[in-house]
Amino acid sequence: MYRHLRDLDRRWVFLLMLLAVAVPILLQSRFPETPSALSRAVFEQIESLAPGDRVLLAFDYDPASAGELQPMATSFVYHCAKKGLRLYFLALWPVGSQMIERTIQEVIDKDFPELVYGRDYVDLGYKSGGEGVIKVILTDIRQLFSTDARGTPVDRIPMMADVRSIRQMKLIVSISAGTPGTKEWVQYAVTPYPDELRIVAGCTGVQAPLMYPYIPDQLPGLLGAIKGAAEYEELVMRTYGGATLSGTYTEARRRMGPQLVAHVLMILLIIAGNAIYFAERRKGVR
Amino acid sequence: MQRSTVLWVVLLICGAAFLLGRAAFSARGMGNAYVRMVPQAVDAAHPQGRWQAVEPVAPAEYWRAQAATPGQTTVRWSAANTVGIWVAAFFTLAVLSFLAGDNPAYKIAESVLVGVSAAYWMVVSFWEVLVPNLLGRLAPAVVRAWALPGLEADADLFYLVPLVLGVLLLWRLSPRGAWIARWPMAFIIGVFCGLRLVTFIHADFLSQIRNTIVPLAVVERGRLSLWDSLRNLTLVMGVLSCLVYFFFSVEHRGLVGKVAHVGTWFLMITFGAAFGYTVMGRIALLAIRLEFLFDDWLWLIDPYKRRVLEEGVTLLQGLGGLG
Repeated sequence: MYRHLRDLDRRWVFLLMLLAVAVPILLQSRFPETPSALSRAVFEQIESLAPGDRVLLAFDYDPASAGELQPMATSFVYHCAKKGLRLYFLALWPVGSQMIERTIQEVIDKDFPELVYGRDYVDLGYKSGGEGVIKVILTDIRQLFSTDARGTPVDRIPMMADVRSIRQMKLIVSISAGTPGTKEWVQYAVTPYPDELRIVAGCTGVQAPLMYPYIPDQLPGLLGAIKGAAEYEELVMRTYGGATLSGTYTEARRRMGPQLVAHVLMILLIIAGNAIYFAERRKGVR
Repeated sequence: MQRSTVLWVVLLICGAAFLLGRAAFSARGMGNAYVRMVPQAVDAAHPQGRWQAVEPVAPAEYWRAQAATPGQTTVRWSAANTVGIWVAAFFTLAVLSFLAGDNPAYKIAESVLVGVSAAYWMVVSFWEVLVPNLLGRLAPAVVRAWALPGLEADADLFYLVPLVLGVLLLWRLSPRGAWIARWPMAFIIGVFCGLRLVTFIHADFLSQIRNTIVPLAVVERGRLSLWDSLRNLTLVMGVLSCLVYFFFSVEHRGLVGKVAHVGTWFLMITFGAAFGYTVMGRIALLAIRLEFLFDDWLWLIDPYKRRVLEEGVTLLQGLGGLG
């Protein structure tokens, strides 16, 4: 057994991991979620807003990270729409624009058909320039966003009529997979204007540890990876969801089943690897 | 024949047999995509123009439409979207096959990804950067008439400066005078250094120092909050010990050495947490690809209820209306 484990071909580990992820998906296993303090903070920040308040949603991600971030985006938009907030979508990533369109189709078009484009939500689309865009729209949004994503001049969009800069937003919601993303929104937008702007964020697992130093003063709430998404989804659906909601609103919690099994496997492999290492050391094998 | 070759051949035959069986003998089939054709109004005078929008719909919607009106063409099978699903499935499997070893399928997927990404970035840069940010500012009337009817900008000759800098940057490709590209490069580096230096000092350096100045004994309503005090103490200890670890002007011996050792523990825990987060992220990515294969391609699961027909509408009714 020991010899077998020691000489195990790594492809067996890959196969085990594939099964650990695939089987819970096929069985559609779901486990209860207990929201953490950070997820509750995100939820509370949005809950504290009044109907009609402006919220800027920055979709700074692409399909490569949609597995982690799309469930967050879906829950954010659902939560904001339920609260009756005015939604301003924009993207600092080129494909972020398509992610905005997808989320609008899946959430607003399907479950909030009463919301009117231009009055309740607007898609400003992608703008190149990374953090430079943030710097500019902090003082003058029209300098860069003269039209929305559909080519309509912003002056003809009712909900843009009295918006001069993003400092008029009550909250920034950043969904981010890298640079530019949450870090830049914290650095360039929130830190210079701590009394005017607040931000909550959802980001990938790779990015999450880099955001922790900003908590809680510069970044009051953070959803880290699929776990954060599942906790927030649980909070939103527990408060506003219903039995008839589609599978779109269970994405994050569904993906926690494979996470659990894969993490158990990972822990077992680490324990086995260490046991073999110490056994070999005891035998004097180098 | 090598053992690995035999294994691959067996795997491919089993996979192909499964796909054939699933496609041929399953009442629902697999990997099909459907769309709804929606006539678009050109303008008020032509409410039913020749334009048609193509909206993806769930298979159940197609079966329902066929059951209600056999032979209807409003909701129809989409060859393009179906091919898209199969191509996506092939590339997903091709990339995953690298785990077993390098192979031609992986090489094809890799090459296609690189090519498509390069082309995509070129197109995005042209339409999202050059056209609106440069051409649109230099000749707005031309750009309005040609590409962006909604563009609201006046001609601004100041944008000749970035145009000239851009041309100078391209000089790098020239066999002679490549040094000219250093001038715009120096401008770019200077601007970004200035922009990032100020932001870093404000958002990271000063703010992080301020965030570390916290009370070690937190008193709430006249009582010591043990948990919050412990948290703040850990925070301050972690920051100080890590700083000591990275302070190499003093030899790490005695008290300094012990504090630096504590710093390494904090660093190891941080790396472990970061690794844990990364693992979670990667598993989530694998999960969504497998979900795609099982749901969109193989139709083994149906978490979005896209293939569920309500009572009274049977699948055979829907399929019977195919002709």
